[in-house]
Amino acid sequence: MVRFILFGVALFLIGILGLFLTRKNIIIILMSVELMLLAININFIVFSVYLDDLLGQIFSLFVLTVAAAESAIGLAILVVYYRVKGSIATLFINQLKG
Amino acid sequence: MYLSVLTLPLISCIIVGFLGRFIGTKGSTFIAVFLSGTLFLFSSFLFYEVGICGDTVVIDCFNWFSIGSLYVNWGFLFDTVTAVMLIVITSISFLVHLYSSSYMDGDPHLTRFMCYLSLFTFFMICMVISSNYAQLFLGWEGVGLSSYLLINFWFTRVQANKAAIKAIIVNRFGDFGVMFSLVSILYVFNTLNFNSIFLVLEFVAEYYITIYIWQVHALTLISFFLFLGCVGKSAQLGLHTWLPDAMEGPTPVSALIHAATMVTAGVFLLIRSSHILEYSSTLLILITIVGALTAFFAGTIGIFQNDLKRVIAYSTCSQLGYMVFSCGLSNYSVAMFHLMNHAFFKALLFLSAGAVIHAVADEQDMRRMGGLIKLLPLSFSAFLIGSLALMGFPYTTGFYSKDVILELGYSNYYFEGLFAYWLGLFGAGCTAFYSMRLLYLTFIGETNSYKRVIEGVHDAPIRMALPLIILSMGSIFVGYVFKDLFIGLGTDFWGNNIGYVNNLGDVLLLEAEFLPAYIKLLPVLFSFFVSLVCFYLYSEYHHIFYLGTDSQFAKAGRFIYSFFNKKWFFDAVYNFYIVRVILTFGYNTTFKLLDRGIIELIGPTGLVRTFDNLSMRVRNLQTGYIFNYIFFMIVSVIVYLYFLNFDFYIFNSIAFVIYAMTILQYFYAFDTRKFK
Repeated sequence: MVRFILFGVALFLIGILGLFLTRKNIIIILMSVELMLLAININFIVFSVYLDDLLGQIFSLFVLTVAAAESAIGLAILVVYYRVKGSIATLFINQLKG
Repeated sequence: MYLSVLTLPLISCIIVGFLGRFIGTKGSTFIAVFLSGTLFLFSSFLFYEVGICGDTVVIDCFNWFSIGSLYVNWGFLFDTVTAVMLIVITSISFLVHLYSSSYMDGDPHLTRFMCYLSLFTFFMICMVISSNYAQLFLGWEGVGLSSYLLINFWFTRVQANKAAIKAIIVNRFGDFGVMFSLVSILYVFNTLNFNSIFLVLEFVAEYYITIYIWQVHALTLISFFLFLGCVGKSAQLGLHTWLPDAMEGPTPVSALIHAATMVTAGVFLLIRSSHILEYSSTLLILITIVGALTAFFAGTIGIFQNDLKRVIAYSTCSQLGYMVFSCGLSNYSVAMFHLMNHAFFKALLFLSAGAVIHAVADEQDMRRMGGLIKLLPLSFSAFLIGSLALMGFPYTTGFYSKDVILELGYSNYYFEGLFAYWLGLFGAGCTAFYSMRLLYLTFIGETNSYKRVIEGVHDAPIRMALPLIILSMGSIFVGYVFKDLFIGLGTDFWGNNIGYVNNLGDVLLLEAEFLPAYIKLLPVLFSFFVSLVCFYLYSEYHHIFYLGTDSQFAKAGRFIYSFFNKKWFFDAVYNFYIVRVILTFGYNTTFKLLDRGIIELIGPTGLVRTFDNLSMRVRNLQTGYIFNYIFFMIVSVIVYLYFLNFDFYIFNSIAFVIYAMTILQYFYAFDTRKFK
């Protein structure tokens, strides 16, 4: 049981590390977000099995849906952004710099 | 009519000051002169009613302010002292208004000048007709302010600026004295009204104030502070330095303020507070000695001055010394009499000096004048009459008061009386000497002036001549006319308005009648002798003063000359030991160390810098990189979760504080520049 949870957490941490260690490509961030969502999904499912509650599994389906939509939107933004700036390297995305 | 004495100069000041630019120079001059003339008329009636008929008038108006048990009304007291002061102030003020309408003709700021003159008259009248010390203090400060404004009238001249600042700062010491006396009067009497204070004096005669471990006689303390005020305003020894410098102002101002009226405010204060002074014999001695020293000291300086107006200024200082020591000898009526006489002949002297200065193209140095007797007959006559009155020539105005003062000094059996007599006698000799010197150098001796100046010399025009003529009449006759009224034996003119504890003043007046004849004649004869010596010296041995030999005699002479010409080095000592020290302290310590130093550091600048620094750090935090923001979010969440796990319900807030501090630490620790 614990191993499953640890697996989910490990996946989640990998996703987080991917988020703030990536310097080059913004697609990796999107991938990391997906990875985190999947890790959460695994957690949901593990706990739903553990607690014998169907709600977690249903919720993970919802999360999958949302993740798909979100990655679609993210990729669309990415394409537009590439057209405008000519680059998708995260190092050069700093227009919010104070 | 009584209150219009106060309001007329105020109306004049407001009209001329605020509307002067619309009604023009001539209109505003006319208004100021007309209103001050009306004022003189009113105060003449007032003198008749209050002085001659003996109706003391008290007008209590509405409340001014009340704090606790202190309840101060706008009150006006018209007694004989006030009436005499009013006559002096309004007559001189009127004549000076008239005079300056011609003297200042062509000055672009004539309206401002007239406004200031009226303002001064207003404050002076406000001071003399007040019925309580608070209102008196208002007028007292007001005349100081007007004096400052008028000395500084030609504000583009740096000397005028310096003189004005000096006048107001030196006067401030005196003002502090008056303020302290007000506070101590409040402490002792719980009121500031003259009537209440003078009524209960008898019951606080033995009252002592404990200051730390000293028992101080309350009335002596009050008198001391009052006298300090007098020393400041009336230019007595110690705080006299501002008066000669104040001659930088226009000459009519010198006549009105620095000879006739404002400088006598200190003497007026002493006379007004005479009831209090009478209970403090210690202080009366001090007043006598300081006054006598001033009379002597200013006389010796006057001999060695070369500036026409400065000589007269020192003469004023000297005459004020006579008034003050007369007060110290409890002869307030004589002091008042001398005040009035002095106002007339000193105003005359200043105004005729103004006429001379006007004639010789604004030259004030007597050494560059001379020979004006043929060119300026009117000014010379006025000057001569003024000088004779000042010297105490028999049967002129000064004779009646100055000689009485000296006689009173001699008829006093105490040490200070004789002290005052001899110093006063010497002062009278000095007076005769410098008056004669003034007349000789300016009018009689050969001229040292330029040809162009001499060609342009003209006598005073009518508006300047008229005041001279009127004041000459005053200088001749005022003393004779008013002698019996003011200081005649058994006169009831003053009534209770002047304090006598033991009627000492009257006794002394009687005593003075029985002095040996040579003592009574000594001042007059001495003055005669000294003026003849002066005339002889300057007509026969004038060249000797300009000998530049290196002989022992010349060196000694030079030392004596510079000692007196530099005013006994009073100014040098003050500048070196007081002014410079205070200025250095003010610049280095209070300005550089405190104002622009510590206070700036912990105050505005420090605050600005701190927040600037902080905001720089916070701004640097906003790198704009997504991964940085994510890092912060995640670290924060982790830390927050960590502290939540403690589950200290009560200490949750503390946990939050620790969390916030941790976040702040990141603010400082995080330097994004390495990403660039």
